[in-house]
Amino acid sequence: MMAALHCVIHRDLLLAVRRSSDVLTVLLFFVIVVSLFPLGVGPDPALLRTIAPGVIWVAALLASMLALNRMFAADHADGTLEQMLLGVTPLGMTVAAKVLAHWLVSGLPLVLISPVLALQFDFSQEFLGTLMLSLFLGTPVLSLIGAIGAALTLGLRGAGALLSLLVLPLYVPVLIIGAGAAESAVSGLGGQAQLLLLGALLVLAGAFAPWAAAVALRISTE
Amino acid sequence: MNWFKYSSPQSFFPLAGTLAFWFGALALAACAAGLYIGFFRAPTDAQQGEAYRIIFIHVPAAWMSMFLYLVMAFWAGLGLAFNTRLSGMMASAIAPTGALFTFLALWTGSLWGKPTWGTWWVWDARLTSELILLFLYFGFMALQAAIDDPRRADKAGAVLALVGVVNIPIIYFSVKWWNTLHQGASVSLTKAPTMAATMLAGMIVMAFGFWFYSIAAALMRARCIMLERERASDWTVEYARGSA
Repeated sequence: MMAALHCVIHRDLLLAVRRSSDVLTVLLFFVIVVSLFPLGVGPDPALLRTIAPGVIWVAALLASMLALNRMFAADHADGTLEQMLLGVTPLGMTVAAKVLAHWLVSGLPLVLISPVLALQFDFSQEFLGTLMLSLFLGTPVLSLIGAIGAALTLGLRGAGALLSLLVLPLYVPVLIIGAGAAESAVSGLGGQAQLLLLGALLVLAGAFAPWAAAVALRISTE
Repeated sequence: MNWFKYSSPQSFFPLAGTLAFWFGALALAACAAGLYIGFFRAPTDAQQGEAYRIIFIHVPAAWMSMFLYLVMAFWAGLGLAFNTRLSGMMASAIAPTGALFTFLALWTGSLWGKPTWGTWWVWDARLTSELILLFLYFGFMALQAAIDDPRRADKAGAVLALVGVVNIPIIYFSVKWWNTLHQGASVSLTKAPTMAATMLAGMIVMAFGFWFYSIAAALMRARCIMLERERASDWTVEYARGSA
């Protein structure tokens, strides 16, 4: 089974590398959305410093949602997904592997570039670590919850807009706790409580979301 | 008595009609009584004056909005587990009524907020979680509307409703912590510690009125869905001929 999972991850990563513009698009979207905020709300450093974690988190949410469509769509189109459904590997495990691969190409780059963007907002360097750690723990949860939405909307008309309507309300706790981590670190309370909660959400989502997404995939491909 | 008899649309259809009629009548009676208590019997509030009377719509609507989501998820889960046709129909019949009450709770809440807090909207924990509940209802309905095959729509909606149910407590607590972590709530929704018995009675009666209305509305909608989905079967054709 581990060999099969390794194979799924390897294949998805290879596909992503071969079509690297897809990965870059999401990353650029993230950068552009974050850069728009100072233009919209004005360049006042004090204001920017306050809104930095929130803005980065909202942009990460939107960027990771944008990438969700691709999680199963290509495999669905060329029939690979059906082979996975028929395969001996438990579908939940396959889905978990696909989510991991998806996060590595769509979530991890956001985490890595976030300190640069935070500096644009004059965010204190001291708390960059907390911000990155919160994104590091939070973006996989977004991919996991998003997988359920992506599986449910597979092959539907207007799947993109529908997907956002389905998953954005479910993203709310991650957003609140994630953005709260850096904010409470800045205010001197320390972000540990939120980081622990994010870790708990990650464990919870990691345990149940692949399973729910697998059920949804079976329904969508019936 | 064989309860499974009513799990088939054909035998449930007439029962739903009868139940919808009686629950509709009960709803009318309870709402009339509740509004009478609310407007003519309940005393004027010492702090909020007459403006508080919107509570008789607002609180029962908020209760129903949350309760109906649970009922919807219950039917959806039942449908997913036992693969029954009627459960899915019930879930999709309940969703619009649930969304209606959620919207009503938000709307009356902001009408109540303006005279008492001086603002239409605050990002209070309860307001925010009610708003997200509305989005969850919309997501459920949008997903079902986007899928042409009704069986797939039922099942996909069921997965979404169940994921939503797991999420509701997490959303509620995260919003609550978010608010308290930032600042003390500038306005408190806490009512006066002692509530006049007539006020409480009015609220309870209205809640029953809304409950019966929800049952009646959901059953009426379920009847329409049954006719629509079973249009190829004999009993619907007969029904259509008989009523034509």
